[in-house]
Amino acid sequence: MEWQLPEYNLQMMLPEIFLFLWALAVMTFDLVTKRKTGSAVGYLSLLGLLVTGFILSVTGYGRGFTTMFFNDPMSLFFKIIFLGSAFMAIASSFGITKQKIVNHRGEYFGLILLSAVGMMFLSSSNELLSLYIGLELTTIPLFVLAAFFKDDKLSVEAGIKYFVVGAFSSALLLYGLSFLYGLSGTTDLVQMKINLAITHLTFKNIGLILSLAVVLLVAGIGFKLALPPFHQWAPDVYEGSPTPIAAFLSVGSKAAGLVAFAKIFLNGLSAFYSPVMAPNDWGKLAGLLACLALIIGNVLAIRQSNIKRMLAYSSIAHAGYIMIGMVAMNELGIASVGFYLFAYLFANMGAFGVVAIFEDKSGSCQITSYAGLSKTSPLLSISMTVFLLSLAGIPPLAGFLAKYYVFAAAIKVAATDPAFSWMYWLVGIGLLTAVFSLYYYANVIKQMYFSAELSPYRISFSAPAMSVLLIGLIGVFLFGLYPEPILQFASKMSLVFGFVQY
Amino acid sequence: MDFPVLSSVVFVPVVGMVAVMLIPKQNVGAIRWTSLIVSIFPMLASFWITWDYFFNHCGSAAMAYVEGPYNWIPSLNIQYYLGVDGISVPMLFLTGLLTTVSLLASFNIINRVKEYFAFFLLLEAGMMGVFVALDFFLFYVFWEVMLVPMYFLIGVWGGPRKEYAAIKFFLYTLLGSLFMLVSILILYFTSEPHTLNMMTLIEICPTMTHTLQMVCFVFFFIAFAIKVPVWPFHTWLPDAHVEAPTAVSVILAGVLLKMGTYAMLRISWPMFPEALRTLSFWIAVIGAIGIIYGALVSMAQKDLKKLVAYSSVSHMGFCMLGLAAFSSVTAIAGCMFQMVSHGLITGAMFLLVGVLYDRAHTREIAAFGGLGVKIPVYTGIMVLFSMASLGLPGMSGFVSEFMIFVGAFGALSKVLVGICVLGVVLGATYILRMVQNIFLGEFDLARWGGLTEINFREIVSVAPLAVLTIAIGVYPKPLATLMRATLENLVTLMAR
Repeated sequence: MEWQLPEYNLQMMLPEIFLFLWALAVMTFDLVTKRKTGSAVGYLSLLGLLVTGFILSVTGYGRGFTTMFFNDPMSLFFKIIFLGSAFMAIASSFGITKQKIVNHRGEYFGLILLSAVGMMFLSSSNELLSLYIGLELTTIPLFVLAAFFKDDKLSVEAGIKYFVVGAFSSALLLYGLSFLYGLSGTTDLVQMKINLAITHLTFKNIGLILSLAVVLLVAGIGFKLALPPFHQWAPDVYEGSPTPIAAFLSVGSKAAGLVAFAKIFLNGLSAFYSPVMAPNDWGKLAGLLACLALIIGNVLAIRQSNIKRMLAYSSIAHAGYIMIGMVAMNELGIASVGFYLFAYLFANMGAFGVVAIFEDKSGSCQITSYAGLSKTSPLLSISMTVFLLSLAGIPPLAGFLAKYYVFAAAIKVAATDPAFSWMYWLVGIGLLTAVFSLYYYANVIKQMYFSAELSPYRISFSAPAMSVLLIGLIGVFLFGLYPEPILQFASKMSLVFGFVQY
Repeated sequence: MDFPVLSSVVFVPVVGMVAVMLIPKQNVGAIRWTSLIVSIFPMLASFWITWDYFFNHCGSAAMAYVEGPYNWIPSLNIQYYLGVDGISVPMLFLTGLLTTVSLLASFNIINRVKEYFAFFLLLEAGMMGVFVALDFFLFYVFWEVMLVPMYFLIGVWGGPRKEYAAIKFFLYTLLGSLFMLVSILILYFTSEPHTLNMMTLIEICPTMTHTLQMVCFVFFFIAFAIKVPVWPFHTWLPDAHVEAPTAVSVILAGVLLKMGTYAMLRISWPMFPEALRTLSFWIAVIGAIGIIYGALVSMAQKDLKKLVAYSSVSHMGFCMLGLAAFSSVTAIAGCMFQMVSHGLITGAMFLLVGVLYDRAHTREIAAFGGLGVKIPVYTGIMVLFSMASLGLPGMSGFVSEFMIFVGAFGALSKVLVGICVLGVVLGATYILRMVQNIFLGEFDLARWGGLTEINFREIVSVAPLAVLTIAIGVYPKPLATLMRATLENLVTLMAR
């Protein structure tokens, strides 16, 4: 066979390349100007994200590097989420960079951008090795960012913890991937799907190794998603790291883990999701983790007194809801995963934005310090209320429709295929724990509104902080009341996977 | 296209809410009057709808003033679909009237006025929406939207244990709603083609399997029973009522509780007749338990507002009894009458309790005595509504209870209905004891010498309720005519 150079199609990768260069430029700019430029570095990073968004919109669908790099509806959808979360994380960082990170602004913003590059690369990759590289590029900057307050014990602890857990989970993931490669002889996900089925049908005895691979992969990605029992790092890391980084972890990094999960399981291992392939049925395993995430996240969040820890547990629970849509594994399921993340992006980044703004002024993350805030800062309080109610799933906000959609996907599978009637239990637990979740979200609202005392803090916003609130509010209301375009877009994602139509 | 009267009834309060939010918060007078004037529009519209429906539409069971179905979220077959018939028109009327009355009664709120009136208008939008929505998703959205303002209204402006009461109300009703959500989704995916249109589902649902019908019926029942509240789901009600400010109690008793029974009549009763037949005896039993239990607990209350709250449990038990006798048009009509009449009477009772509390700063029944000497006008009005509440002939309470008993006696176990009749006697006991302890007996001049008479604004707010209570009691025919065709159609649907 004659050796042929692969078809590079570099322009497919233009958004990633641009953002990568821009990240380096941001860091250099800060150095060259001897770190005297104030907030300009931050605005520069925001500009970079906007330009990347524009480039993304004109790039279009296609593929590069033969079959390694795909620009398909799914990668586009997720890239929007990554860019959005990076944008909102950077916009809510202006207070922190002014007060605490005066001398390392360039690195701070640059690393966020680099992490976003990793996520974008990951969501486009269609092959195990590049997938893994994308995942590493996502997490390694985040290790540094989590430990960014060098003098703060909690932040350093967060950095180390996240690093150790992250490295360990990457190793698990890599080990699992190596089994998949051994069984299929390819790293290409689409080819792997075919090869695995052939191997399974030919040899009949790959069950044990495949199960091992599935367990390792679920554990590896479970760590990244903070799905119980791999969740213990999350609250500590969220508490210690700078608030905008915690926000970015909870949305961007989580979405990256989910897209990796979708690629490996919904695509590569899709043949092994069903009772027919009984011993290797990963659906129930993932369902079990989702169930644990719902219970542990929602129950433990009730007891938290630190709002960042509370939001950490709540984000564990939200990962559980998203996993319900994931294990539903039909065209509705993957669309609901996308829509849920989209709704979650606005509400959660918004809520963390409020926490960051409040922390800049008060220096406190205790829920009790929000007491009486509605009297001194009505706009901040009403925004926080809206974000929390959306997270709790109260209509007509986007969070409600997201939950509705996820449950619809699960009930659809359960109602049409008797083999999946266990999904009813998943839905039941999801709904029951949603009641729990309302309790802890309402607890914050209670502090802000019901308390008789007057808050000592009168919060004023900078323009970027205001933009976070506005983007969040508009997103939560708009996609709650008029979700059709996003739903249409999200449902295109299922074209990427060859789902069985019921 | 006709003027979208139903949409305007729902969304004018939302516009009003935005307007109120734009007024500076120091300008208390403007906020109060703006919200009152805004609420007058849906009230007048609901009066016009009642009038027009009575003269032009009440001959048929078809939906009137239909809007839609327009596609709202086509990917999930969610539609914007509104319409009213003989069971929603009286509820719209009640909602429009009671909201304006409560806003008038809220003029004495001095703390955080702007937020209060904004939340109140949002609440009105949600309530109106529930009574006009004909698409399940839309119905659910309105049903939930109401919870948020209610949570704030109890939690911010409530009594000493407001935080507990507010969150209990919120969690309890949310739990119920989630049961409804599961049923809605199951119905959506089992119907072919998938639909959320209530009217279509009423046609389709009886053909579903028995198990499915039972599951959905029970889930819907839990959701609606929590709202009514039916014993044993009633425990949020006394807490919410006692802590809530007066006007919120009026809305809670007058409109929110009716949503449960309305939804049963609109949704789960005609949709699952087979399940209904299987379970109707047990529904009647818990209705009866509610009647007797509510009355007995009322008797033991020392707090006037709690007494009225528990009497609601008892009165809503009558509604459940009427609903359990689903084969009788009379009983169902009695249930509708009871809903309207309870809304008027209990709404007025809460207003009057609030009037007394504003002056005396206590609601303890034993603290009063002989008030009839000092404040005769108030006494007269309170006694009027007390009599209406215990079912004195000539008032609306009597008409409704009588119709329920007549209907249920033929349709249900006679022993059970007999036990329920005892509830009326118990009702008379606690009401009369209350009247006796507060208004008759020795007057404590030292303590209550400074008590002032009910003022003009307060009289204006209860007067329409008094007029309607007596009017329905003396001449119930128009209301019966208004509902007849719809109810007859419902009974046929339930007999499938």
